[in-house]
Amino acid sequence: MRLAALLLALLTAAAQAATPITVSAAASLKDALTEIQKVYAKAQPDVVVTYNFAGSGALQQQIENGAPVDVFISAAPKQMDALEKRELLLAGTRRNLLTNTLVLIAPKNSTVIQGFADLTKADVRHIALGDPRSVPAGTYAAETLVALKLSAAVESKLVRMLDVRQVLTSVETGDAQAGFVYRTEALLSEKIRVAATAAAEQHAPIIYPIAVIKDTKHPDAARAFVAFLSSEAAKTVFAKFGFGMAP
Amino acid sequence: MGPLRLSLATALCATLLTFVAGVLCARWRLTRRGRGSEVLDTLFMLPIALPPSVIGLALLLTFGRSSPIGELLAHLGWSIIFTWPATVLASFVVSFPIMYQTARGAFAQIDSSLLDAARVFGRSEWSILWKIMLPIAWPGIAAGTILSFLRALGEFGATLMIAGNIPGKTQTAPVAIFFAVEAGERREALILALALLAISLAAIALLNRLHRPAVL
Repeated sequence: MRLAALLLALLTAAAQAATPITVSAAASLKDALTEIQKVYAKAQPDVVVTYNFAGSGALQQQIENGAPVDVFISAAPKQMDALEKRELLLAGTRRNLLTNTLVLIAPKNSTVIQGFADLTKADVRHIALGDPRSVPAGTYAAETLVALKLSAAVESKLVRMLDVRQVLTSVETGDAQAGFVYRTEALLSEKIRVAATAAAEQHAPIIYPIAVIKDTKHPDAARAFVAFLSSEAAKTVFAKFGFGMAP
Repeated sequence: MGPLRLSLATALCATLLTFVAGVLCARWRLTRRGRGSEVLDTLFMLPIALPPSVIGLALLLTFGRSSPIGELLAHLGWSIIFTWPATVLASFVVSFPIMYQTARGAFAQIDSSLLDAARVFGRSEWSILWKIMLPIAWPGIAAGTILSFLRALGEFGATLMIAGNIPGKTQTAPVAIFFAVEAGERREALILALALLAISLAAIALLNRLHRPAVL
């Protein structure tokens, strides 16, 4: 009991000494940022980074409703634009951080899908994608289907999901026979294969913007973390997970 | 089909299943004693004690393509996940305990000598259930049915997990509201929410009516 109290006191003391910053980031960044968190903990031991991963639209909503967030990384400019319009970003801190590629995935052991045209096959009952209205990966997927003139044919098969992770899982289990995710997601799973890659001109450019939120209580720590994400150490991690650095 | 009509169809279908299953299980439980039936009792009530996400997970593990049952069904050309029946299944599972519990309570109130008398006169157990027990226990049964309907109509978590979000096919009103809010479409969410509110108020009013004594 006494030991527990001592531990608690130590933990509280440690928590008080360090500067906490909350980073709301698109779900597709989960693994890369979690690894960067470890690197950053060594580089900046007095800053404790906490992540909040979700679909970019959900994160945008949270920030608009006053969630205590210091840094936002969105999977598309749309959500960042909305926050900028409402003057919720710290002026001059927004810039483009990363790029990504959209791919069509299928369960590893399935041979039904070899390319986008196969999505219209009867064996393909469900195609998973992020909800196009709130999940950027879903928006790009919907744009790609329009560009390929497949929208009307596959409309009733589209299962709109909360984020790309859910898309990946449902294709892994085979409940969806195909799905649209980022290349970075596809690299994470051994249970799926990439059936096709969307051409850059088939959808809007996939850019991850980053910015410090205006209401941050630790603007310096937040800026420093944003700067670190462009450092060589961070670039190495992003490259390892398949992200490109935004020009 | 719009989310509201789809939700109503799902809730009505689930309530029908819940009614039949709940009444039959409650009737069966009435004359059973012992450890086995107590274990089953706990199982029947479990969905009300668990978060919908746990129900969703259990259903995914049972009916998903990666499960033995899911695989078997797939071979037969059936798949439940991401289809309309999945919305009914989720609603049925979460509303069943309500129907079961209220039906049990209502049946337990019936004077057993009445039922024995019916048996003496040669009535079959089926006939006793439909012609005597249900009419006597009706206020309780009706209340259970309405509560089950409301629970079925409001189901969200397990539905989203096993039925997904396909507009016109599996997108129920609660799911549509959630995604509209995610997309920042407050107006769209509000309209659906108000419609659900109206249905719920009407159902609760009906429920209150059942409890009002008919003759003063």
